[in-house]
Amino acid sequence: MKRFVVGSGALAFAFLLIGALLEPLMEPPSGGVDLRTAVAANMTASGVEHPVTAVLLNFRGYDTLLEIAVLLLALIVILASGIDTASDRPRAVNPILQTLARLAAPLMVVVAVYLLWAGAFRPGGAFQAGAVLAAAAVLLHLTGLLPSWQVPTLTLRWGLTAGFLIFLAVAAGLLTQGALLQYPPAQAGMLILLIEAGLTLSLGLILAGLFLFLSRDPGDDS
Amino acid sequence: MSFAFDLLLAAALLWSGGRSLSVDRLDRAIVLFIAFGLLMALAWARLAAPDIGLAEAAIGAGLTGALLLDAYGALKRRKE
Repeated sequence: MKRFVVGSGALAFAFLLIGALLEPLMEPPSGGVDLRTAVAANMTASGVEHPVTAVLLNFRGYDTLLEIAVLLLALIVILASGIDTASDRPRAVNPILQTLARLAAPLMVVVAVYLLWAGAFRPGGAFQAGAVLAAAAVLLHLTGLLPSWQVPTLTLRWGLTAGFLIFLAVAAGLLTQGALLQYPPAQAGMLILLIEAGLTLSLGLILAGLFLFLSRDPGDDS
Repeated sequence: MSFAFDLLLAAALLWSGGRSLSVDRLDRAIVLFIAFGLLMALAWARLAAPDIGLAEAAIGAGLTGALLLDAYGALKRRKE
């Protein structure tokens, strides 16, 4: 009986929630803004040719700045929650897998750089490039070619924070422009490429760090 | 032809999503989740958003799947 009451209550709540979510979809919002025309009208001032990159890095650069900050914070929290120094047990890995990983990793780095460069005029960009870099690191780790990270060394810390720091430095340097992260149109392309290069490196290291810091074997003490 | 593909893709998405929640073995659920992520990337590509498709394939399916499998391995080792 109790289960039935709880179940029907949950069902009613779910229907209410779906109804509340669907309601704004049924009637189009009055006075909605078509952002596509606004983006298309300002593409020449954005410094890049791909609208998605223009929105992410120029028109809504503030959001991307916070995104990289959140990812960095996530990694810092993982590090702060304690790293138990553990032994890296060598695992038996198929030599064919190792050879394949050795062949694939440099190609993945090239693909990452291409994605970074292509982001200016076609789908691609810093997040995708960083994800490919991280995937290369994970692949190397899983095939036993790259040991897991025990402690963040100074170089690694600089690498992890480089994207955020470059982004912040650009934002601080452009404060005189009037609005936050408002690039002068002449230098916008260059600045976006600089920020994206930093973001790619940091995102690759952060996403790889999520795996390589966490994947240490807990040793035999547990 | 493309409509049939879209229909198949949507059905496969729903099926793999439902199965990955309902299957009783954790390792199968993780593999189904990775398959779900790859199908999701395909769906984004079909929706003309290759940016999101790329990110979904790399982060959603690849990195998250690897992390989940790693966590599964750690859980299994702890149990032994």
